[in-house]
Formats: sequence, C-alpha cells, structure tokens
Amino acid sequence: MSLIFCDGISKIYKMGEVEIKALNNISLEISQSQFVSFIGPSGSGKTTMLNLFGVLDKPTSGTLKVIDTDITKLDYIERAKFRGEHLGFIFQNFNLIPVLTVYENVEYPLVMVKSLPQKERKEKVLSLLDAVGMLDQKDKLINQISGGQKQRAAIARALTTDPKIVLADEPTANLDHESAFKVMSLMKKLSHEVGTTFIFSTHDPKIVKEVDIIYTLEDGTLIKREERSK
Amino acid sequence: MNNIIKIAFRNLYRQKRRSLLTMGIVAFGVLAVLLFSATAGSFKNFMISEITDSMLGHIQIHAKGYISSMDNLPLDKALQAKQIKQMEKILDEIPEIENYSYRILLGGMLSNYLESTSAKFSAIIPAKETKVVPLLENRLIEGTFLKKGEILLPELITKGFDSKIGDDIVLVATNADGSVNGQNFKIAGIMESVMGPTGKYGYIHFDDAQALLRMNELQVSEVAIRLKDFGDVKKVNGILNEKLGEIKNPKGNDVFEIHTWENLSPFYNIAQMIDMMALFIQIILIGIVLVSIMNVMIMAVYERTKEIGSISAMGTPPSKIRWMFIFEGFFLGVFGSVIGLVVSIVAIFIVNISHLTVAFGRNSIILLQPEVSISQIGLTALIVIIVSIIAVMEPAFKASKLEPIEALRQN
Repeated sequence: MSLIFCDGISKIYKMGEVEIKALNNISLEISQSQFVSFIGPSGSGKTTMLNLFGVLDKPTSGTLKVIDTDITKLDYIERAKFRGEHLGFIFQNFNLIPVLTVYENVEYPLVMVKSLPQKERKEKVLSLLDAVGMLDQKDKLINQISGGQKQRAAIARALTTDPKIVLADEPTANLDHESAFKVMSLMKKLSHEVGTTFIFSTHDPKIVKEVDIIYTLEDGTLIKREERSK
Repeated sequence: MNNIIKIAFRNLYRQKRRSLLTMGIVAFGVLAVLLFSATAGSFKNFMISEITDSMLGHIQIHAKGYISSMDNLPLDKALQAKQIKQMEKILDEIPEIENYSYRILLGGMLSNYLESTSAKFSAIIPAKETKVVPLLENRLIEGTFLKKGEILLPELITKGFDSKIGDDIVLVATNADGSVNGQNFKIAGIMESVMGPTGKYGYIHFDDAQALLRMNELQVSEVAIRLKDFGDVKKVNGILNEKLGEIKNPKGNDVFEIHTWENLSPFYNIAQMIDMMALFIQIILIGIVLVSIMNVMIMAVYERTKEIGSISAMGTPPSKIRWMFIFEGFFLGVFGSVIGLVVSIVAIFIVNISHLTVAFGRNSIILLQPEVSISQIGLTALIVIIVSIIAVMEPAFKASKLEPIEALRQN
C-alpha cells in the first residue's frame, strides 16, 4: 500500500516577476515502513518535496495523495488536523519549546493535537522517552541538554501521535558525526519497530548508509531512485 | 486549556526582564489612576462638604423664577404662607430629609454712621440653620453666632468700615412694596467669605428681617434642606419635583422650583473637571496598557515565528495558538494590575497615616484622606485586563494565521 502517491507534480514559486521551478514533473510512490531519504545539493528541491509530503504546501500541478487523501482539496484548518492525525515532524533545529521540559515537549502533541487522557499520555511519553534513551533527562529544560539529546527528544515528540509518516528535514545537519549516526540508527530502528515511514532529506552522503530507498534530486528533477537491501 | 495556560504562563519567563518591565508599566498606570482618583476624590468630597454644610445645604426650594433673578434678591418672588404650609406637609412626609430651614435673602445699605455700603444678607433662624448647614458657625472668624438684634458681617465689610465686634451698624432695606426701612444691629461676628452664590453674604436673624421688611405674615426666599444621606440627593430631588410639581398657582403654573447643590454651586463644575481629569488619566492608562502589551506581544510573535511554525506543522489548531498568546497578554495585564493595586493600596494607606494637609482658604485645612472603593479597584483592574486582551488580539490572530511553511523559513 502506498502512503504517498505523486504523479507529475511540479512546484513553482513566484518571486515578483520571476518564476522559480522548485520541482519539475516528479512521480513516485512511498510505501509503509520504509526508511526513505531525499538527497541532493542545496536548492535541488529536497525541502520543497518534504513540505509537500508534510501537507505544509500544495503542488502547483500534478496529483499528490498522502495516505489516500488529495491534499490539494484541504483547507488551512483541515490540513492542520490532517498533519496532527497522520504526520510527525523532526526539524533541523529541533524546534522544541524552550519553556517546557523534555517530558512536556514530547507530551505536547498528545495534549494540543490529540487530547489523550493523562494516564495514557504518561505511559506513551515515558515509553517513547525510554525508546530514545532520554528517560533520565525527562525533567530537564531544553537548554539543559545537548544537541544530540534534543534531536532524540524531537524524534520521540514526532512519534507520540503514532503517525504513519515522519518527515525530517536535514535532521542531522546540526549534529556532529557521531550524534548524527546515532540519531539515524535510532530513526531506522524505530521505523522498523513501530512500522512508521520515515522520510528525510540530507546532503550528507555518510549518513545515507542506513536508508532503504534514496531519491536523488537535482534542480527540482528526480534523477535517480536507488533501493538498498534491508 | 490547562496546558495552553501553562505554556502561556511559562512564556512570561522567556524574557523575564521584558515581562517585568511591561508589568511595571501597567502597575505604574494603575498606581497613577488609583492614587489620583483617591486624592482628587478626597479633595472633592471635602469641597462638597464645605459648600453644602457651610452654606447651601443639599437641596434648595424657591418660588418659581427666583433663581433666574437671584442677583436682584426679589422680595416679590418669595414663597407665601399658604405655599409654605403646603410645602412643609410634603417635606415632613419625606423620611430622607433630616432638617430644613427658612431664609429671607435681602439686599440693603449698611452704614456705620461715617460711611455706607451696599451688602446682601441671609436672614436665618439660627437654631434651624445650624442643623441644615452645621459648618456655618465654623466660618466665624471672630465673635459669636447670631441672636436677635445682632448681625454677622462678611470680613471685607468690617475691614472697609474698620468695625469691631460690638459696634453698632444700621441696615436700610427696601421692602416688597417699595418702602424703605432701617434697623440698628450690633455686630456679633465676622464671617469668612467662601466660594458660592451666598458665600459673601452677611447674616441677620429671621425675625429681624421680617420686621425690617415689614412682613405681616411668613414669607420665605429660600428653603435649604439637609438629607440624612448625601447620596439620596437625586432621589429626594425627584420626589420633591414630583410632589411639589403638583402644586400650581391659579394660572396653572408651577409654584416651586427645586435645585440640588450641583445646580447652585459653581464648584460642581470643578468637581466635574476633577472627574474628567480622572477619566483622562484612565484613558492614558488604557493607552499605556494597550501600547506596552501590544508591543511586547508583537515582539513575542516575531521572535517565536519559527516555533509557531513548528507547532503549527505538528497540527496544533490555530485557535490553540491564538489562545496561547491571548493568555500570555492576559497574564501580563493581570499581574501588572495586581502589582499596581497592591502598590496603590499601600501608597493610599501611607498618605492616610501621614495626615498630609493642604491649606485651602483661611480656616480650611484639607486633611488628605484618599480612599478607594472596591468598585473603583475592580473597575480599574477590569479595564486593564480587558485592554490587555484587546492589545494581544492582533498579534495572537497574526500568530494563528501564520503559514507554517513561511514561519519555518524564518531565522
């Protein structure tokens, strides 16, 4: 079953009078439990691709279905609801809420998006913190933990709502190599354990060793699809 | 909602100094409003009490048309015995009235046998008058209060005549028929002049005025009324207008006209100006709160754009993002006003125990006794909180409408 189906999608940005073609006629399908990476140089369209899959943006043309939903037909509120129900996000700069503790940050989507009862919330958050090895850091504020720990907390936060897809835009860009490798290994492990599809972008060739499928983009065009054996 | 409130509250800690400064500005505004209102209110209450208790009374009744020609003190526009009897019956039936007294207002020529001057007088029944205007006796600069055959003169006249207590003086007056009569009086006291329509009048006894003006039966220029509760002025005024309004002359016109102290005293305009100034300071407070909180919240939205983008990307509904900012502005307003209220109450308490006085007139020392009512505190706090919420609306809506993709691009 394909979680993401895109057929001939293009994305054009208008900068005044100038049109910039960020994506050009891209067709692909991504299935469940896959660990997928988009690679390519800066400006190749990786982030635009992830924004479309993350229902943060709409294609200019073509068909894009995310979990069997034509996202072009959703309005602002419906898109927010869809993201909350089906998607998880990991950001390059972690984007954790600095006034909340690690525990509260991971709990945040369950409170603000899913409104789960407190007991279930607690069980869920503690098990995820355990899974990412952050249980002993749960009461610390974000500025009291390292970059690698922040990204682990961000991974736990992305998974709290049991999303079908987790999107990560350059998740290791602000981490040293060792931390980056640990984060990638953790994401791959969780992807296979919980059956969540991880889609991320990177231009770091060293960290794509763990990936199942690699899509290479160049100037907004998909130039290569490479499948690795699991 | 609890979590939104929790995050909003903790957001105040992000920029502690800025939050404290904003709360301080709000608190200063609250302090300015309450301290000014309390102090100006103290001054206003003192002045109203001085005017009503030493001269006017709370309400006055005259014959219809008297006030418009009061400068001439027309004796032909006095209330007649029959009308007074009808009026007395009504006044005695109103429980809110504590006392009332009759006055004859007259103009005349005063002479000390060496020189003469014109002057205006209020003829009173001392025992009744002091029950209606209890501070009248306090206006005595020198001498004793009034008895029959005696006169109380305004200070300026005694100075001009170089008169002393116990000196004889002649008062010549024209009665309603146009005939002139004179009477000898002994100066019993010298009165301080005060601001107001009869503030520079001398005083003679009611019986002496009747004799001087050759009144064969009871006639009254003015009836001054004192109420048990000053707050009932409007209510009693309404009752009097209704009941006395039913009494008509043979031509079907009103016999009486009723005025509250507000209609009679120019100080009422000053009192209104004090209220206007208090209102003006409240408007300044609104401006301070509006600008400071809006400024802080606009900056907060700007600084947290990326964070708003990420929570929006996670699927946080726009309404929850909006509430987060609304609560943050609300907290700034609440904490600012609480600090302001506490400081104001302490400041008002300190002024009260310091027994600060302000000189006003010759004998009047105003003891500043600022007080602030619960309703005034509540109203000020309510204004601040409502304005805080209004101030945060624009940034809150802006935050909730941010496109996550645009917000996430912000550095």
